[in-house]
Amino acid sequence: MSSADFEPTIIGFLCRWCSYTGADLAGTSRLKYPANMIPIKVMCSGRVDPSMVLRALADGADGVMVLGCHPGDCHYHEGNHKTMRRVPMLKTVLEQYGVDPARVRLEWVSASEGDRFAEVVSEFTEEIRALGPQKRTESVA
Amino acid sequence: MGENGKPKFAMYWAAGCGGCEIGVLDIQEALLDVADFFEIVFWPVAIDVKYKDVEAFEDDYIDLCLFNGGIRSDENKHLAELLRAKSKTLVAFGSCAHEGCIPGLGNQYSKEGIMDYAFGESPSTENPENHRPQTHYTMPEGDVEIPAMLDVLTPLDAVVDVDYYIPGCPPQAPQILEVMQAIMSGAELPPKGSVIGAGTKTVCDECPRERKEKKIKEFKRPGTAQPEPEECLLDQGFICLGPATRSGCGGLCVKANSPCRGCYGAPPNVEDQGAKMLSALSSVIDSSDPEEIEKIIGSLDDPLGTFYRFSLAKSSLRRLAK
Repeated sequence: MSSADFEPTIIGFLCRWCSYTGADLAGTSRLKYPANMIPIKVMCSGRVDPSMVLRALADGADGVMVLGCHPGDCHYHEGNHKTMRRVPMLKTVLEQYGVDPARVRLEWVSASEGDRFAEVVSEFTEEIRALGPQKRTESVA
Repeated sequence: MGENGKPKFAMYWAAGCGGCEIGVLDIQEALLDVADFFEIVFWPVAIDVKYKDVEAFEDDYIDLCLFNGGIRSDENKHLAELLRAKSKTLVAFGSCAHEGCIPGLGNQYSKEGIMDYAFGESPSTENPENHRPQTHYTMPEGDVEIPAMLDVLTPLDAVVDVDYYIPGCPPQAPQILEVMQAIMSGAELPPKGSVIGAGTKTVCDECPRERKEKKIKEFKRPGTAQPEPEECLLDQGFICLGPATRSGCGGLCVKANSPCRGCYGAPPNVEDQGAKMLSALSSVIDSSDPEEIEKIIGSLDDPLGTFYRFSLAKSSLRRLAK
């Protein structure tokens, strides 16, 4: 598949308090961004277990975004601090296994940053488009 | 049941180290009861029965088959399929058959890469003509064949339907005994697909050490630092897989002042043991500064092999191609 016809499938885990509201704001502000990301509302970016990210990749996503409140703004005080440590560690493991760690991205988007939401989603979609589809094994049950 | 009225027992050793066979011996004199209760019809380590004899069995001839080792060669795969057809109850016995275990770590590399290392690059190899094993060879006496290596190692349930799983590297004698006694007493077996001969919590639940709030600035390794015998190993900075590992061993390693390595696999309702451990470990790193976090994570030696030491071949990662 040439990169021109490739539409990446992206799963986004959006914190209910900041980033999902930021996404809403992007919508009500009529900002344009690619429709590739399928948003999943979670209570906190700290709720995103690394196994959820791996499963998304294994089940068909070409990239996964985790979007949470800026550090210091977490509704649960430090849920996003856990995310801040989990995502880099997960990327280290992905890299060691031979999967490009750029397929997973963590960003902080507040409820007032609709423009930033549109920007990071656009940017990530183009990055994943350039990387091409995530290949999967067929022979292994 | 055969003419003598005894249920038939089989055990097979595929891609594994043989520790599971020793695990069965560890039930000691109770093995005599097992040997008396069952008729052993196939067990290459213990009795001389050829594959062609097994092929001649009727379907479902074997009542209980303990299959240890993963599937790494076409011979392993053939025997898995054969024993599935011939067995009423097929048990994935031990970590390799359950989730790949140490041989599953080979899945980080290509088959060619493994061959090149084993028969070329490894320091103990001298192979100036760069020979590689061939599956067929014609000698004056006739053709000889050896099994072909498959692209990856898979657990048993990737190639055939499995009735039960007994985890552990190797499964521990008290659990093996409990399972055998349950079978021999005619007790009702748990639902198909269950993990048997293990607990339903985590190793931490069986660990006698004292736990406090965990805050880790650096990771330690046994060999470079001496663990305190009473304190939680994770609290001390040793990577202990207790929080992400099914109970059942009785905390053997932690009681010997060594961190849990995770051989009993994921606890119930956890689909990816490595991801769970990674998550638990990230939560206890004592830093909220991205640079410092990178540095602490960077000090981890072989994170993939540490978190997925026993379960890589069963993890979500196995479905991703490089």
